[in-house]
Amino acid sequence: MPVNILMPALSPTMEKGNLSKWLKKEGDQVKAGDVIAEIETDKATMEYESIDDGVLAKIVVPEGTQDVSVNSLIAVLAQEGEDPKAAAAAAGKGAAPAASKPAESQARPASAGAPSPQPSPPRGEGVAPSLVQRPPGTALPQAQSASSPQQGDGRGEEARTYRDGNRIFASPLARRLAKDAGIDLARIQGSGPHGRVVARDLDAAKAGKGALAPGAAQAQPPPIQAPSDDKIMALFEPGSFELVPHDNMRKIIARRLVEAKLTIPHFYLTVDCHVGKLLAAREEINAAAPKDRDGKPAYKLSVNDFVIKALALALQRVPDANVAWTENAMLRHKHSDIGVAVAIAGGLITPIVRNAEAKSLSVISAEMKDFSARARARKLAPHEYQGGSSAVSNLGMFGIKDFTAVINPPQSTILAVGASEERAIARNGKIEAEWVMSVTLSCDHRAVDGALGAQLIGAFKTLIENPVTMVV
Amino acid sequence: MADTDYDIIIIGSGPGGYVTAIRAAQLGFRTAIVERDYLGGICLNWGCIPTKALLRSAEIFHYLQRAKDYGLSAGNVAYDGAAVVQRSRNVAKRLNDGVGFLMKKNKIAVIWGEASIDAPGKVGVKASKNAAPKGALGPGAYQAKHVIIATGARPRVLPGLEPDGKLVWTYFEAMAPERIPESLLVVGSGAIGVEFASFYRSFGAEVTVVEILPQILPAEDAEIAAFARKAFEKQGIKILTGAKVAKLEKKTDGVTATIDDGRGVTQSLTVERVISAVGVTGNIENLGLEKLGVKTDRGTIVIDQFNRTNVPGTYAIGDVAGPPMLAHKAEHEGVICVEAIKGLKPHPMDKLLIPGCTYCSPQIASVGLTEQAAKEKKLEVRVGRFPFIGNGKAIALGEDQGLVKVIFDKTTGQLLGAHMIGAEVTELIQGYVVAMNLETTEAELMHTVFPHPTLSEMMKEAVLDAYGRVLNI
Repeated sequence: MPVNILMPALSPTMEKGNLSKWLKKEGDQVKAGDVIAEIETDKATMEYESIDDGVLAKIVVPEGTQDVSVNSLIAVLAQEGEDPKAAAAAAGKGAAPAASKPAESQARPASAGAPSPQPSPPRGEGVAPSLVQRPPGTALPQAQSASSPQQGDGRGEEARTYRDGNRIFASPLARRLAKDAGIDLARIQGSGPHGRVVARDLDAAKAGKGALAPGAAQAQPPPIQAPSDDKIMALFEPGSFELVPHDNMRKIIARRLVEAKLTIPHFYLTVDCHVGKLLAAREEINAAAPKDRDGKPAYKLSVNDFVIKALALALQRVPDANVAWTENAMLRHKHSDIGVAVAIAGGLITPIVRNAEAKSLSVISAEMKDFSARARARKLAPHEYQGGSSAVSNLGMFGIKDFTAVINPPQSTILAVGASEERAIARNGKIEAEWVMSVTLSCDHRAVDGALGAQLIGAFKTLIENPVTMVV
Repeated sequence: MADTDYDIIIIGSGPGGYVTAIRAAQLGFRTAIVERDYLGGICLNWGCIPTKALLRSAEIFHYLQRAKDYGLSAGNVAYDGAAVVQRSRNVAKRLNDGVGFLMKKNKIAVIWGEASIDAPGKVGVKASKNAAPKGALGPGAYQAKHVIIATGARPRVLPGLEPDGKLVWTYFEAMAPERIPESLLVVGSGAIGVEFASFYRSFGAEVTVVEILPQILPAEDAEIAAFARKAFEKQGIKILTGAKVAKLEKKTDGVTATIDDGRGVTQSLTVERVISAVGVTGNIENLGLEKLGVKTDRGTIVIDQFNRTNVPGTYAIGDVAGPPMLAHKAEHEGVICVEAIKGLKPHPMDKLLIPGCTYCSPQIASVGLTEQAAKEKKLEVRVGRFPFIGNGKAIALGEDQGLVKVIFDKTTGQLLGAHMIGAEVTELIQGYVVAMNLETTEAELMHTVFPHPTLSEMMKEAVLDAYGRVLNI
């Protein structure tokens, strides 16, 4: 049997990825463990290793293809003793085609029995393609359609429900329940075999709980939608702009930040931290770093390394704020996993320093240098940037005095750090010069209330203003 | 690693236990199974399979008697009771050997003896009366991270109706009679009761069935049960419903039963033998469950949706874990149980989708809600029926008595239940079971092509009937 190579899910949430590069050609010998392709996921490029030996018989999805669904067929491997040509001819048996390029897939009718993808429905509003869906109330009453024997079942259209050109797997009963309730199947997370939408998912959706994808329509008033692409473009002189297609990272940033701002009730707490002692300590510690033969110091701590450590310790001192919100319970974290926003070309990514409360400043510093380098090469693995208890976003190096940051779900807080600058401070009736750094904590009000947030940022202030307390 | 240390030990090698063991072995667990009597348990040795062998003999005997209906002649049609029983025992033996082979093939250790769980993960095995098969491990102390109890069930005993193995039988004796008794009283009209009633009636015994509830086959749809009753009575089986056996008086080679009709009127009935078929009860004794603190409820072990008991590392599947007490339910529970242990996130079983089959003549098969149960749930239903008499294949077979009945939810078109009586319906029901598992509505069933000429065409016709589109009646 030829082996079908399917688009891998490189992270639990991955639904699609881009096939950025094939490292093997058709006809190449492949050994288990060989890297055969590079897959671009949400924010990183991952290497895809073959788990079987054989000959790469056929590449089904050419490199450079965008938005290939997880588990769709991307290539066929002929196993030892098999004729690669025959294997290639049998391509696709038992696997759904990639279906990411409707035009191309259509041109190859129903390859070897695999279901041929239907063309995407026309993209109406520039958001999700309009799916077979009637507003509530316009659905044919069930009894009427069912009771007259002459009438055909009239339900043929239900079977063809597609999302981005891919078939949505749903049981016939689930399709009918969705249609009658006016629920868009595309917005329901299926709990059946292979993610198939089944009747109980509809029950949950109707009850307003369960696994509705973000921004689910339900029977509520339609969510506010951004103006369509066409409408935006119509506001500008034709030819006065160029179109830069979004890469995956841009799409993910847009999606996640809209999700964060729509679903998380944010509030903000700002304090000024007196960082004179911190800056002095940093210089002293860096000056004391042992140097190797080339005169390179063993470490060079940044202010941000201290900020990470101070936030991690503050979360340990105020454990009620070291939480994540879920509908059913609060997840109280035992460790402080601090995400750190790293700007990279075309976007940003937030690698996570795990157990930061237990790590020394030099370890945190070294970890951040490694993360930054690999983030710029887009080589971070999903587990290195998913999860986390809180995060740090530092724009101090750009001279920003203070700002507010958007919480990165599932985290409950994020600390926006401004520049350390000398300011005039009134103390005991006198004006004094003092090094000050303004920080703003964004809090998810569902999980962290005002007073609790104030405790957390207060603990942070105490630590960062007295850096020796961080060393113990 | 010592030979006493496993990932999973399963206690009981019935259809639930041995299938669980194979699935566990497939998932890479070091697996052992403990058995005290027979590999394959009751199902293979004293239940499902040998009774089917007996009923097959009865069926062929019945056809031979009707040879003339088919234009054939068969003179001197007679039976040899001992040979009929011997065939049934041979069938059981063959499958019993088959389980031994499957254990070996899947590298599952067979431990022979009586097991008890002395502490979580600690299984003590004592010698049992029955001789161990070749290659089985003996008594001793064994341990496993997970212990799955699959000890099954045994006939329930009613006071005053205690089986004695001679005059008052359970299925054990009923399955291997020395001869066919001339008269027989069957107490209980569930699947076991009516199957034996059918078997013995086919070989000429005068059979009386007593059922305490107002309906025979109490678990079945009322319409199907009424159809069955008529068919049984036509065959000469006497049926008393709403009645109970008040007293049994044993003689040397017979029993006089006093039967109360529920309204205070009693009658006395003298029969050669009595079969007690008043249900089964879980084998929860002598396993150390009390000491271990495993929760039980009315003779069965209390479990969650993945068959975990309240004691971590201890699981229960099959009859001992509660109704419906069916082999196929036990098998599937076992599979779900070990897949959950493996972390595979299986879907819990929907007990409503477990089919039931009764191999009396005519056969009965059903799945899902009965019409009455659907109405009790306040569901608006559409009911479709199709009689065997409208089906070409049924008429050609000379089996034109039967009924297929389907129940749909009126608003959603969900198939809620299907109930069938007639020839071969036990082989047909699975079509509806698959449909229900896939959440099929009437539209897909109507759009499905059924082959002609088959009995299965009635399944589509019944669906069409529910929507006023029936063709052949």
